[in-house]
Amino acid sequence: MPLIFVGGLIFGFGLGFSHMARPEVVLDFLQFDDFGLLFVMFGAAIVTGIAFALMPRLRDSAPLTGDAYGRRLKSFDRNVLIGGAIFGVGWGLSGICPGAAYASLGIGNITILWALVGMFAGAYIQGYWRSQRAASETTPAGAD
Amino acid sequence: MFTELVPLSLTAELFPNGVFRYAVGGLLVGLGAVVIYMGTGISAGASTFLESTLSYVSDQSRFQQYRSSRDWRIVFTLGIILGAAVYAVIWQGGAWTTDVQPWRLLVGGIFVGIGTRIGKGCTSGHGVCGVGSASKTSIVGVMTFLAVAIVTAQLVQLMGVSP
Repeated sequence: MPLIFVGGLIFGFGLGFSHMARPEVVLDFLQFDDFGLLFVMFGAAIVTGIAFALMPRLRDSAPLTGDAYGRRLKSFDRNVLIGGAIFGVGWGLSGICPGAAYASLGIGNITILWALVGMFAGAYIQGYWRSQRAASETTPAGAD
Repeated sequence: MFTELVPLSLTAELFPNGVFRYAVGGLLVGLGAVVIYMGTGISAGASTFLESTLSYVSDQSRFQQYRSSRDWRIVFTLGIILGAAVYAVIWQGGAWTTDVQPWRLLVGGIFVGIGTRIGKGCTSGHGVCGVGSASKTSIVGVMTFLAVAIVTAQLVQLMGVSP
């Protein structure tokens, strides 16, 4: 837990420093006025890429959890495209994504609470819908 | 002389604020994820927090599946908020608030909440950890939300909505 907190601190500081916690800067990128965001995303991915490639060779498992070091691999299906497109609409409209929204709160941007309320509402809507669907798929269809 | 000036002015046009803040910030974002990964083996993502936190207040199966990770995800998010606050206190010189209109933040946020959870990740899960893992799913996911976001932002701008 303390380590996750420290990791979060560095992560959040980086989001603040890179100005990604400001929707205006993200929108400037999406509108092709400032391509700096590419440095943030790829800079971060290069750092994690090195760790994800190196750690499994150095150690078998993580010291604090005993979990094996793996890569972040998720199965591909059409949800990745559908969800990605919906996220894209939201990101393009608001200029904010989840991690940057938390960081935005940290830099004093109270207005971002609108986006956070929206994100929780959106997560709830899809979770409610998918939970209901999963339940109706596992129980045999009733009289209706 | 002329050949030296062209790339310089192009750089200034593409990066009107320079690249230092973006490159250093990006490296730190990656470092934060790596610290967690090295200690725990976890590939951290920010958007699962939305669902895992809902498990405290909702019994829906979709949220309850994240029960085991919901505590550390709150710690991670508090870390992000405080880390950004440290930046704000030291470099920003106080609070900063956005001029982007609340309806854009609210409606956009709803789409972000739905989309990141259906699409299996956001800019940190897919963009930072997934791309760092050379995951094809994540690379396709990033290309999808990046392309749609660019089109959306440009359309909104064309319609005269600003900021």
